[in-house]
Amino acid sequence: MPAIVTALRSLRASQDEAVRLGAGSSSVLSVRGLSVQLGGREVLHDVSFELGAGELTGLIGSNGAGKTTLLRALLGLQAVSAGTVTLSGRRERAAVGYVPQKVGLDPDLPVRARDLVALGIDGQRLGVGLRSAARRERVEALLQSVGASHLADARVGALSGGEQQRVLIAHALASSPKLLLLDEPLANLDLRSTQETVTLLATLARSRGMAVLVATHDINPLLPFMGRVVYLAEGRAASGTTDEVVRSDVLSALYGHHVDVLHAHGRVIVSVSDQHHDGPGQGWGPEPRGEALVGGPGGQEAPGEQQAPEGCDLAPDDCTDDAPQAWQP
Amino acid sequence: MGLGPFSSFMTGTWLEATVVAVVAGVVGFFVVVRGAAFAAHAIPQGAFTGAAGAALAGVSTLAGVGTFSLLAVAAMARWGRRARHDVVTALILVGLLGLGSLFLSMSSQYSEQTFSLLFGEPLAVSTAQVIPSASIGVACLVLVATIYRRLLLASVAPELVAARGVSPERVESWFLLSLGAATTLALPVVGALLVFSLMIGPASAARSLARQPLSAVALSVGLALLTVWASIVAAFYSNWPLGFFVGTLGVFWYLLGRGVQLRAARSLATAPGGAGGPASGRSLGPGPRRGSG
Repeated sequence: MPAIVTALRSLRASQDEAVRLGAGSSSVLSVRGLSVQLGGREVLHDVSFELGAGELTGLIGSNGAGKTTLLRALLGLQAVSAGTVTLSGRRERAAVGYVPQKVGLDPDLPVRARDLVALGIDGQRLGVGLRSAARRERVEALLQSVGASHLADARVGALSGGEQQRVLIAHALASSPKLLLLDEPLANLDLRSTQETVTLLATLARSRGMAVLVATHDINPLLPFMGRVVYLAEGRAASGTTDEVVRSDVLSALYGHHVDVLHAHGRVIVSVSDQHHDGPGQGWGPEPRGEALVGGPGGQEAPGEQQAPEGCDLAPDDCTDDAPQAWQP
Repeated sequence: MGLGPFSSFMTGTWLEATVVAVVAGVVGFFVVVRGAAFAAHAIPQGAFTGAAGAALAGVSTLAGVGTFSLLAVAAMARWGRRARHDVVTALILVGLLGLGSLFLSMSSQYSEQTFSLLFGEPLAVSTAQVIPSASIGVACLVLVATIYRRLLLASVAPELVAARGVSPERVESWFLLSLGAATTLALPVVGALLVFSLMIGPASAARSLARQPLSAVALSVGLALLTVWASIVAAFYSNWPLGFFVGTLGVFWYLLGRGVQLRAARSLATAPGGAGGPASGRSLGPGPRRGSG
């Protein structure tokens, strides 16, 4: 986190250059040839994609693929070395909502869910902020839109991961954004909370005509709802519809070596073999993983993290109940 | 003598203590929710050097304390961003204390002066002395009220305030400035060692007891007022140092807050979803990674 916070200061100036606004179209956000350097290393190279109004788009990539960096660049918190980010319509900071990667909230913090959502409306303003009936109603409506009305008076830090996620989404929605960015909102959620969160995000995207970009390392929970996908690997991106991108040839070109894409019971398994160390098999699992193996098998991936989602070990039969089709509202 | 703690010669003391308590209660709330207790400890210690220097140079204690508080705050705001926050704070603290020991060794009124700077000398404040500290207090409260929403949001999570186009570092710098101001006016009254306890004790209890931010601030101020008022009366009659009562009450408030919280938690122990966090769900894969993903 210190790295992120340190980066913020110097980058404020470049924010106006980074977010150049264009004429309105059905595309909410257009990214062209975006490159980002961090500490002399090119973390993102020539990334281009579009996000459409009302659409849920998955930003897929393993840990370290540059998802957070890309989101920060879209927010104007990260300087870009090349390329443009064009946001249509309102020329306002508030046009982009952001739900950061798991925030460690202090359970003793005397801040209720409704206080955090109220800070979403005007948290950047100066002054104490007077309470009004209109403000209160707006907070309640926002909480209701994420199905968190019953949590309004609970301390945010004491809520479960999934509940906090909802409140943070309501906080981000308070500025009526045209674009909502979420960084790993599904990490550490159980299967039910994951499905509820994805369903909620898809519903919000449609009902508010908002573009939603969900960064995640697991593509599967998004499959039934995702219009398009931006797949990050090796600092490059492939984007398009899921069928266009999540294919062996496209991903192999992206990774620079052979990648298998397997379909089983509505789930996608991306297997990235690492030619330097092990054969295929190491990278098998319900999540696109294996990229981390480039650094050596004993590297970032602990054995415990290889485990598959609940009830969905590697035996596909167990997965049928959770097959994405079943989630379709 | 016939002079009680409420006689007219004590008016200055009561006023001064009241200003100090209000400011310490407000600033202390943010010290506690931001986990900035170490900074709240270091700034008064550094400012103590200013008081020692002022005694040596023959200028007012308030000027010396104010200058060195600002110095410590500026150094923390400047260097605390890059390096580890606690290490920078510690180095500023030891650097200033080193200087303070030099000032004290050069001063002729060594022990008496030191004692009152460390533990406070509240029973001899004149009404005229209240004016400068009240001005600083008002300025400090205006500052905190101005940045209140940003500071609160940054205290919940710095990323949230950053995403709104507000630099969390700048918010932190303003907060440190308010801490410096609170220190400046509180140090001559309660002493360098106890400024900190007046900020932490009441605010920590308020954090445990209140549910929402504004009522926590109000409760923190209320308990701080109760602390200094009770301490003045107790110190007056017992002839024990004021600091003893301020420090002890601070710990008492904290324990009271925890106790009430534990009781509430125990009665909710059977209810589900109390703990949040790790208990809330199975890990579905790699947990969140620090740094930019």
